Amino acid sequence: MQFKLAQTLSVATFVAAAFSAPTAFAVEKIVKIDGSSTVFPITEAVAEEFQKATKTKVTVGVSGTGGGFKKFCRGETDISGASRPILQKEIDECKANGIQFIELPVAFDALTVVINPKNDWAKTMTVADLKKMWEPAAQGKVKSWKQVNAKFPDKPLKLFAPGADSGTFDYFTEAIVGKSKSARGDVTSSEDDNVLVMGVSGDVNALGYFGYAYYEENKDKLAAVGIIEKDGKPAVGPSKESIENGSYQPLARPIFIYVNATGAAFKPHVKAFVDYYLEKGRPLIEEVKYVPLPEADQKAVIAHWKALKPGTGFGGKAEVGVKVQDLLSRIK
Amino acid sequence: MNKQASTLSNLDEVRAMIKRHKMNDAIFSGVGLVCIMLVLLTLLALFIDLIIDGYPKLLSYEFFSSFPSRRASQAGLLSALVGSALVMIITFLSAVPMGVAAAIYLEEYAPKNWFTEVIEINVTNLAAVPSIIYGLLALGLFIYILDFGTSILTAGLTLGLLILPVVIVATREAIRGIPVAIREAAYAVGATKWQVVSQHVVRYATGGILTGVIIGMARAIGETAPVITIGALTFIAFLPPSPITTTPPFLNFDWLWSGFTVLPIQMFSWLSRPSPEFHVNAAAAGAIIIIVTLLMNGVAIKMRYNIRKKIKWQ
Repeated sequence: MQFKLAQTLSVATFVAAAFSAPTAFAVEKIVKIDGSSTVFPITEAVAEEFQKATKTKVTVGVSGTGGGFKKFCRGETDISGASRPILQKEIDECKANGIQFIELPVAFDALTVVINPKNDWAKTMTVADLKKMWEPAAQGKVKSWKQVNAKFPDKPLKLFAPGADSGTFDYFTEAIVGKSKSARGDVTSSEDDNVLVMGVSGDVNALGYFGYAYYEENKDKLAAVGIIEKDGKPAVGPSKESIENGSYQPLARPIFIYVNATGAAFKPHVKAFVDYYLEKGRPLIEEVKYVPLPEADQKAVIAHWKALKPGTGFGGKAEVGVKVQDLLSRIK
Repeated sequence: MNKQASTLSNLDEVRAMIKRHKMNDAIFSGVGLVCIMLVLLTLLALFIDLIIDGYPKLLSYEFFSSFPSRRASQAGLLSALVGSALVMIITFLSAVPMGVAAAIYLEEYAPKNWFTEVIEINVTNLAAVPSIIYGLLALGLFIYILDFGTSILTAGLTLGLLILPVVIVATREAIRGIPVAIREAAYAVGATKWQVVSQHVVRYATGGILTGVIIGMARAIGETAPVITIGALTFIAFLPPSPITTTPPFLNFDWLWSGFTVLPIQMFSWLSRPSPEFHVNAAAAGAIIIIVTLLMNGVAIKMRYNIRKKIKWQ
């Protein structure tokens, strides 16, 4: 009996110890990050180096831009990566929970339209051509390259696109079709961009699009389409230069991190991490095949960060082709 | 003479019939063999393919002792291995006592009425519910209501829920396999119901129960969907606090609340990278998951064999 009592007590102690633990754990300094899979490679690289340099622990999850904002606006994460600006309903949710955020563009990604290297007719395309190919009205009708442009041969058109949940899909439809999330449904779509790479590299009649890094790693199997923004303008392919000087339009997009800047929750180790991200991030961004912001923009972002100005420059709507410095100047 | 002839021809008929039946047997065993081979060869081909793609990593110690990294050559499985192991501990501790107790109740104690029947039907149905549903349930219950956060505890309990029906069903099957004579003999010498259940029924059924538990655990270790739903991490380059400490009380439960990643998530993350070098890591991680699952099933078979050998009915 005595023994059993002691046993019960010790079990109770363990249970109590287990459930009192969260307070002990919360004291530990951890930078919690979640969000877009597009921003993940950059954040991961920065997290890796920051953790080595400062011994502050960093965790990064990949819930997608939307999933990341859900957690961010519940106050569960310190930083959220986003491949599109925060939307109105997400701003409202953050507001409802009393969470203030700082919006920081960190790099550029170029959505790259790719074709098979053996395709010799579509090396450059106009935005109007792409629209004809991808708009919802094309569904079931536009089945041949010739229907897109009379200069193209009469060959079957095979389209490959990222999944409808991705920020890449949102941005591409906004930039090409003119309305976010509006696209034809009869295409091969996959959440895994490597599937798209395989699809396009295996079919001479195929066309697809995804982030620049996937093109860069598979240059031997794919060709990038030069984009003609309007008739009369030159065709521009995706490259570090064309993205930096703003000529790769409309498919170059800034990607962001959102930092929780709410009073007590705004911890020094989170600040230190963002400092590191903005100041030491450039070589890491290049290493993972994204394009760093131009120097002047980078300085503006750092100044914006140092001034701790909360809010978004987009007003809760998606927007194509906005300049970083214009964006920052909108936040007063 | 006539009679003899008819018997002979009859005999030929019988022989022909036997031959036909044997032929049917042969055809069926051939079809069965082809079916088994299709399944096994597919698995084998996949496994060999993973090994061929991932072998440079499988042979390197660094792969098992390094944290994730942006460089494929330095990236390792350590945090995923430790995460999976700790999550499995919680899964085991939560699912097994509850599952076995529930099965004993349903099989030995529950009155046979409509209520018990509803429970039984539901338990069987739960075993077939897609795992993502458990993830959503866990997100609502453990994270939003109970505020456990995206921790090892949450993941372990989620997977525990997931395999609970498997454990219950397997335990009930094992208990049902114990001959009635054993119970009657125990009652005959004056044992109480609890004594019969704890000292005879459950003891003899341990082999079957263990098989069910380990098959459930092997399923849990490969699950991705529910763990992603509750927010498992992709990059975590530190280990949870150690469960054993050098100062009293020597046990530390902080690890329950730590963030984590598990093997299938790490594999998926590597697979979706643009760089082909990461795909080697993904293949190696896939091979590890299959090896761990095979080992667990192997242990289950061996344990069942040993326990059955020890039981002497006479």
